[in-house]
Amino acid sequence: MGAPAMSKTITIDGKNVPFQDGQTIMNAALAAGVYIPHLCHNPQFEPHGSCKLCVVSVNGRNMTSCTMPAAEDMVVANNTPELNSDRKALVQMLFVEGNHICPACEASGNCQLQAAAYYLNMLSPHYTHFYQPRAVDASHPDIFLDLNRCILCELCVRASREVDGKNVFGISGRGIGTRLVVNAASGRLGDTNFAATDKAAHVCPTGTILIKRQGYKIPIGQRTFDHKKISEVQMEPMEPDHE
Amino acid sequence: MNEKRKIRLATCSLAGCFGCHMSLLDIDEKLFDLLGMIEFDRTPFTDIKHCGPCDIGIVEGGVSNAENVHVLKEFRKHCKVLVAIGACAITGGVPALRNNIDLWDCFQEVYLYEGGLEGNQIPNDPELPLPFDKVYPVYEVVKVDYFLPGCPPSADTIWKFLTDLIEGREPKLDYEMLRYD
Repeated sequence: MGAPAMSKTITIDGKNVPFQDGQTIMNAALAAGVYIPHLCHNPQFEPHGSCKLCVVSVNGRNMTSCTMPAAEDMVVANNTPELNSDRKALVQMLFVEGNHICPACEASGNCQLQAAAYYLNMLSPHYTHFYQPRAVDASHPDIFLDLNRCILCELCVRASREVDGKNVFGISGRGIGTRLVVNAASGRLGDTNFAATDKAAHVCPTGTILIKRQGYKIPIGQRTFDHKKISEVQMEPMEPDHE
Repeated sequence: MNEKRKIRLATCSLAGCFGCHMSLLDIDEKLFDLLGMIEFDRTPFTDIKHCGPCDIGIVEGGVSNAENVHVLKEFRKHCKVLVAIGACAITGGVPALRNNIDLWDCFQEVYLYEGGLEGNQIPNDPELPLPFDKVYPVYEVVKVDYFLPGCPPSADTIWKFLTDLIEGREPKLDYEMLRYD
């Protein structure tokens, strides 16, 4: 007590970044306007640490910045060719694991997976595509659930549990069998009390959860990431809703 | 005499919609500049049927049948630099939407359940190339040297890419030129 707030600092790529006790490297960076690529992190929710895009080098060791508390005198490397190359490989693996057909996706231009790939200059998915069959659930009157595009960030799980108090979504299975499931005996979204106004309907970084009858309201070419990099958009005070 | 040899360029469309070729034609009057730098080998523009030795080969579309593989391998064999252009060549694209549907189910839906002109039958002429179970991106079949994403890439993007390549620079796209849609 009594110590001046924000007196402690870490450095990220040589820049001094102040932090408060308990603050993660990610949140300190966001507050200081330093962009660390991330997909499963959204500052409105508890960190999850699963996408690994936000891995930075802390005093020479790689750690997820969204879960690692900042500590005095940490020396963090973030925007380096090595880390960005690893990040690009992670994004490429997400692209081949799901079925991400951007020209046929309503989220194109608003998609954070796509925007992260643009930011990292991904020219091809590089790896062998899985082309795994995944279900589309159109049973809900107002919302589509397209599991082809799910990257298992758990943002909808967290939002439904923590904000909406509904627990509509969950993650089931292990390893390559891990998948998003709907908490209903039938497994169908239409048999839950999920609503288009729920927070969980507006946090998906990809086109997995889409509101019906909104398609192409904003034309391709005029969407969030068509002209602005994700590094600019995610530095804005409030991340825009997916639509 | 001693005129500088022109770059020889071939193009083809596999499981694509020719949209990338249309976008190339959209460079409009720059086509004259392009033709000052290159000459076409096999391409839908010349109707040459087989690819000879080329400097650059541009492949649109994914690989969905046996004929696509023959064409692709011919391009790889004869082109020093092979470019995959557009979403289909790079990810399978829209044709790859069928990858999660059993091929036989696809055939029945298209040819058996809806009435045809001469009754409902699945085409089975030996002249028709055999379709594959899935549509594959070209890089899963042959080595690809450069990727130019977009559906299609804009005329400006294609022009920037081609002029970089022809003039010996590493092709580099600005943020707004790198698109997957």
